[in-house]
Amino acid sequence: MSADSVPAPLVEAERLTKRYVVGRTIMPGSGRALYAVDGVSLTVRPMETLGLVGESGCGKSTLGCCLTRLYDINGGTLRFEGVDITKSSRRELRPFRRRMQMIFQDPSASLNPRRRIGDLIAEPLHVHAIRPRADIPARLRELMDLVGLPAVYLERYPHEFSGGQRQRIGIARALAMEPSLIVADEPVSALDVSVQAQIVNLFTELRERLSLTYIFIAHDLAVVRHVSTRTAVMYLGSIVETGPTDLVFERPAHPYTEALLSAIPVPRARGSGPRERIILRGDLPSPLDPPPGCKFSTRCPIVVERCRSERPQLRPLADGRSVACHFPREESQDLSAQLHASDGKMLVED
Amino acid sequence: MNATSEARAPLLEVTGLAVSFATESALISAVTDVSFKVGDGEIVSIVGESGSGKTAALLGILRLTDRRNTKIEGSVTFRGRRLLDLPEREMRRIRGREIGFISQNPMTALTPVHTIGWQIEEQIRVHLNLAHAVARRRATELLDEVGLPNPAKALDLYPHQLSGGMRQRAVIAMALSCNPSLLVADEPTTALDVTVQAQVLELLRRLRLNFGLSIILVTHDLGVVDEMADRVLVMYAGRVVERAPADLIFEDPWHPYTWGLLASIPPLHGERPARLAAIPGTPPVPTDLPKGCHFAPRCRFRFAPCAETPPRQEDGEHAALCFIDPSGRPRLRAQVLNPSSGQAA
Repeated sequence: MSADSVPAPLVEAERLTKRYVVGRTIMPGSGRALYAVDGVSLTVRPMETLGLVGESGCGKSTLGCCLTRLYDINGGTLRFEGVDITKSSRRELRPFRRRMQMIFQDPSASLNPRRRIGDLIAEPLHVHAIRPRADIPARLRELMDLVGLPAVYLERYPHEFSGGQRQRIGIARALAMEPSLIVADEPVSALDVSVQAQIVNLFTELRERLSLTYIFIAHDLAVVRHVSTRTAVMYLGSIVETGPTDLVFERPAHPYTEALLSAIPVPRARGSGPRERIILRGDLPSPLDPPPGCKFSTRCPIVVERCRSERPQLRPLADGRSVACHFPREESQDLSAQLHASDGKMLVED
Repeated sequence: MNATSEARAPLLEVTGLAVSFATESALISAVTDVSFKVGDGEIVSIVGESGSGKTAALLGILRLTDRRNTKIEGSVTFRGRRLLDLPEREMRRIRGREIGFISQNPMTALTPVHTIGWQIEEQIRVHLNLAHAVARRRATELLDEVGLPNPAKALDLYPHQLSGGMRQRAVIAMALSCNPSLLVADEPTTALDVTVQAQVLELLRRLRLNFGLSIILVTHDLGVVDEMADRVLVMYAGRVVERAPADLIFEDPWHPYTWGLLASIPPLHGERPARLAAIPGTPPVPTDLPKGCHFAPRCRFRFAPCAETPPRQEDGEHAALCFIDPSGRPRLRAQVLNPSSGQAA
C-alpha cells in the first residue's frame, strides 16, 4: 500500500466523531448522546473518488459536512492538505474553504431565485478575490462551457431551468473556486434516470479535465460504483467496509455490504443473472440506542454470540480492504453455507 | 406466473384513456390514448420519468382528479362496470373496497392525529359495516400479514412513531383491509431504503401469490419492473410509447426511449463503462409538447417522418409508437445498448 508513488493524502480523518445531544433540559447531565459519526477514519488521496454509501440515517451526509468542516467536530482529528483543521476557527478555515466545495441534492435551495445565474456564480469569485475583476466575465463563460451550458444562460434566473440544468449551475459555482476537493452529497438522486446519466458523465469528465478529487455521497450503489475508485459503506455512523470499488462490489466482505448489494433490483439486460437475495429483517436500530457489540448484529444473517458483546474494529484484509466484522468473507470463504444454515433468515429468490 | 385467462374478461380494461387539465389559458393534455388490461393475479407496471403522465393516468382511472377542471375520456371497465360512467356515490364504494391505493409518500395517506389502528378500522367499518371489535381483530390480522412486529401493540401507535418502511406497510395494510381485487401502487418503494424496499416488494409478491391480487405498479425503476412485472407500459410525455410482456421489454425492446432508459442505468456488475449512454436533453413539459413523435427531439435516430405522429407497430402483445422499421431495429438498438461491441448482453 505504501509505495513511493502514492501521493500525500488530501483528506485524512482519524477517529472522527460527531455527537448530538438530544432531549436536553435545564437539568445538568440530562439528554442523551447520539453519535451521528462514530469514530470514522478515512483517507482520500488526490484524483481519487471516494464513494460513501449507506441507507438513510447512517451518517454519510453528516460525515460529508464534518469533512468540509461545515459542522464542528467533537472528537478525532481531520487534516486537509496535510494541515490539521480539526479545531480551526472560521477565519482560519477561510483559505481552505475555496479548496473544498460542496454540491448538494437540491441545487435550487442554494440558488437565490431573484438573482441571475451570472451573478450567482460570480459572487464567490468576488468574495474570495480569486481573479481580477475584469477577468470575471470571461471566467463565467469558461465555467458555463465546462458544465455544458450556453453562456447566454448567465442572464437568466434559476426558475427558468430544469433540475438537471440547475445541478449543472451548482457544479459551475463549486468549480468557480478552483477547488481540489468536491464533496457531492446525493448530487443526482433528485434527477430522472435519463438526466441522471448526463450529470454522472459530467462528474467523470470534469475529474479528468480538472484533476479533481471527489467524495461522492449517494444511496444509489450503482451510481457510486460507476464513479468511485474506492467505496466506503456506512452503517449507524461507522464505516463497516472500505476498499477498491471493484473489490467491494464483486466480493463484499461485510455481511451488510452483501445484503445491501443483493437488495438492489437490477434489470436483467444489464448482465446479471438470477441472484440470491438476502432480505434483512427489521429496521435500522435507533442511533440513540445502538446495539452493544457489532451495530449490525440485530439484523445480521450470520450473527453469533460474540457479535452481540464485542464490537468489531475496522481492520485491514490482505487484499487492500478494511472490514469491521468478526467473520469477514475473506476468512470464511464458506459464508454462503453459513447463510443457508441460519434458519430461514436468508431467502433464496427464484 | 402469468395467470391470464383469455376466456374471461380481464379484471380491468382501460381503452383510449385521455386525461386533460384545464388551466386559465388552455386545456393541457397530460395523458393521451392509454390502453391496457390487467388480468387476475397479474402485475402490470407503468414506467416513466416525472411528467410522463403515469400518475395522471392512475388518477384518471380511479377518478381521483378534481372534476371541475379535468376531462377524462376513453373507457375504464372494472369487473364489467364502466367506471367513468358511474355516479360518484358508487365510485366511492369501489375505491378503497375493491381497488386499493398506495401512494409514494405514506404520510399523505395517514393522518397524524389518529392511531394506525383507528385509521385501518375506520376503513373497514365504513366499507364493510363491521362492528368495532370485529374491525379491530381484522386490523390486527392485517398488520400481522404485512409483517409489522407485534401487531396488537402497533395498532395503538401514531404514524410518527413508525419508521418509513413500517408506515408504508401500514398503508399497504389499509389498502388491503377490504380484500380488494386490484391494488394500485404509485411508486410505493421510491421513498424507502433498498433493504426496506426489498421487504415491501417481497410482501407484494406474496400477496399476489396467496390472494391472487392484481397490481398496477407505477415506478421509474426498471430494476423493480424486472423483478415484479408481468407486463409493462413505458410512458413518455403522456403517451404509452411501448407496451410488452416484461421479458420482451428487457430482451427485445422496440422503442428508442426504452433503449435509452435501459442504457442510462449504471450496471451493478461486470465491466464499468467509461461513460453512461445518457439521453440528451430533458423531457418536454405538457404545455409545450413537440409535434409528431414527442421523443423525437431527444432521439438520435430521428428522421423526417418523425415530425408526424408515429404509427403503432404491433406484434401480439408487443406494441410501440415508432417509425423505425422492424428490420433496422436490432442494428440501431445495438448502437445504444452495446456501443463498444456487437456482443449481446
